[in-house]
Amino acid sequence: MATTAVATKANWWNGGKSPFNVEYGKLMMWYFLMSDAFTFGAFLISYGTIRFSQNYWPNPNEVFNAFPGMGHANLPLAFVSLMTFILIMSSVTMVLAVHEGHHHNKKGVVKWLAWTVVGGFAFLACQAWEWAHLITGEHAVLAGNQLDVIGQTTHVNPWGQHVDLSVATNALQNTPHDVLVKLAGMHHHDLGHEKLAAMSDTQLRGMINVAEMHIKETGPVAFGGFFYGITGFHGFHVFSGVCINIVMLVMAQNSVFEKRGHYLMIEKAGLYWHFVDLVWVFVFLCFYLI
Amino acid sequence: MEHNTEATEVTYHHEPSSGTGRIWKTFWLLLIITLIELALGFSMYFFPEMPGWLHLFIKGMIVILSLAKAFYIVSIFMHLGDEIRNMIMTIVVPLMLFIWFIGAFLWDGNSYRTMRNRYDKYKLERTMPREMKSGDTTQHGFGG
Repeated sequence: MATTAVATKANWWNGGKSPFNVEYGKLMMWYFLMSDAFTFGAFLISYGTIRFSQNYWPNPNEVFNAFPGMGHANLPLAFVSLMTFILIMSSVTMVLAVHEGHHHNKKGVVKWLAWTVVGGFAFLACQAWEWAHLITGEHAVLAGNQLDVIGQTTHVNPWGQHVDLSVATNALQNTPHDVLVKLAGMHHHDLGHEKLAAMSDTQLRGMINVAEMHIKETGPVAFGGFFYGITGFHGFHVFSGVCINIVMLVMAQNSVFEKRGHYLMIEKAGLYWHFVDLVWVFVFLCFYLI
Repeated sequence: MEHNTEATEVTYHHEPSSGTGRIWKTFWLLLIITLIELALGFSMYFFPEMPGWLHLFIKGMIVILSLAKAFYIVSIFMHLGDEIRNMIMTIVVPLMLFIWFIGAFLWDGNSYRTMRNRYDKYKLERTMPREMKSGDTTQHGFGG
């Protein structure tokens, strides 16, 4: 088509063409992403509002300090840095796929799209591990005037303020048998559950070292709901993005775009994928960093 | 060229860049910015006794760095920077609502906390962060 339309003062709004010189589908994808940005923004801002309304909020470096395979090592920010790196890498491979699409290189598009799918799955796997670790984690907490063992759920979490040794020791006396069994089991993995359950309360209390257990009060209730809600909503976007990318991969491999003469669909999928990465940048910022 | 099979509403196409140099440059930039953010985050972790204003200043720096990342991802990876200026505006201008959005709601949250502390003394006592006393069960340093 004539390129003089650019050199002279073209009237973009005369009709018959896109005033933004962009395909309809691409423009609509941008406006969808803008709406999604407001949705995520609303979630994150509501998180900020509740956090600001509280006198006490858990320190993320004490909550998110685990790394797969490293046991009880205290490694704040390590795992989430890995997740951020994976997602940014997958964004790079996506741009490279789009770039290959501009040059009508089917093989290149398929290669880089495949890597993007791998990155997406890796991120989802990491997020699944993080969730599982938080939900099944066993932490001793002060619940009323006794102790309990809980993980982080949407109803309750173990990230309250640290408890005085004297208060914790007192609470130990009021703690029922089944919780004592759990507490003893946390530090004596060698003894089976039945063995511990058969012991007397006094015996069990003797095995529990309250000073070493970092006993805390239960934390602000909103913490769990916001964490799982927002990272879950984001994870759902990652999952849908991975599904879309797989469909794109199959279509590219089957020469659908080659026959069409352009890889615009890949570009639109790319926009969605970059948006997912962008949201993660801010989720990572709000939950883990500040 | 096969460009003619594309949507008819598109008047001209910009030439796609020949190399991937710009893409990798942006990757390195994003990586470095992320590392700086992490370094700042770690500094807050290793120096919890820093004065309140410095703590807040570092958080502000981290936020600005994240905004810079967002700019590079949107402008270069999503190619918004290469689009027609009016189109860029239809995206960026409405997003400026966030400036009010964030400010207003954090102000609200703060006000909620202040009011509740003023009128609910019981809650204030129960929830104010307590200082660490000796004998408290506390976290160990980095590494476990």
